[in-house]
Amino acid sequence: MAENFQLTDELKAAIGQESAPWMHEVTTTSVRAFARGVGYTDPVYFDVDAAKAAGYRNLPAPPTYLGTPVFIPGRSDDTFSNPREGQPRVDHGLKNVLDGGTEVEYYEDICAGDTLTGVSCVADLRVSDSKAIGKMLIVAIETRYTNQLGKLAALLRSQVIFY
Amino acid sequence: MPLTWESIKDGDELPVLKKKPTLTQLVKYAAGSGDFNPLHHDYNFPQSKLIGSIIVHGRFKYAALGELVSNWLGHRGRIRKISCQYRGMDFPDRELTCGGKVIRKWEDGGRKLVDLQLWAENDEGKKTTPGTATVELR
Repeated sequence: MAENFQLTDELKAAIGQESAPWMHEVTTTSVRAFARGVGYTDPVYFDVDAAKAAGYRNLPAPPTYLGTPVFIPGRSDDTFSNPREGQPRVDHGLKNVLDGGTEVEYYEDICAGDTLTGVSCVADLRVSDSKAIGKMLIVAIETRYTNQLGKLAALLRSQVIFY
Repeated sequence: MPLTWESIKDGDELPVLKKKPTLTQLVKYAAGSGDFNPLHHDYNFPQSKLIGSIIVHGRFKYAALGELVSNWLGHRGRIRKISCQYRGMDFPDRELTCGGKVIRKWEDGGRKLVDLQLWAENDEGKKTTPGTATVELR
């Protein structure tokens, strides 16, 4: 699909660019919807009393919840729901997208009632070859989430593959 | 038995978590995560046709590894880091077995830490989604 793809200096200029900050409200409803989507049966992610008994101040965000954004029509991506406005642009022109990998480091508990501010940056761009899909562009994105107390709550690193 | 720091040993295996995501489950995950890529629910989407099927969200598999660790930890500690790589596609209505193993138990300035190796394996025994995690026990 992408055999003629070249990593130009113009594309490389996106590396290091930061997005505008984006607000992520963590709510009981969004925690329950995520936990239901994964298939959790642990009451700690659904029942506030169970969460408090387990030592949390409210329903905790399940592991890997981060990335679930606040969707605003016209300002968010219609497919992935993530912020589009104020994001660094990588105009690669490739049509197909696959997820490559995800890593999150947590520094603080993230619970319903928290307001996180996310700032993303293009950490790296590289071209690679795979047996299954041929030449591909791997975009590494790093998002820092700061909570309402101004503390760094988590760092999310994702690799998105375009081909 | 609740998990304790003393009881954990290198090589311990986490209780296996089996998942067999149906299309309906993937729709629930799409709603919960905000990822509405048609590749995960629309068989007529061009990329689905190219692949020959819709595929399970990579992030669903990542979340299943999170559930595996959460179930094992039983809120006796916190996940400090969790990662995975999507090496192979998985399909709806096929069984995924999520597993994990303790690879290192260590302390750092009084913090009680455990490194885990994680994986999601398809019904042909291929580990499509290898991962790692570090948890801190209370």
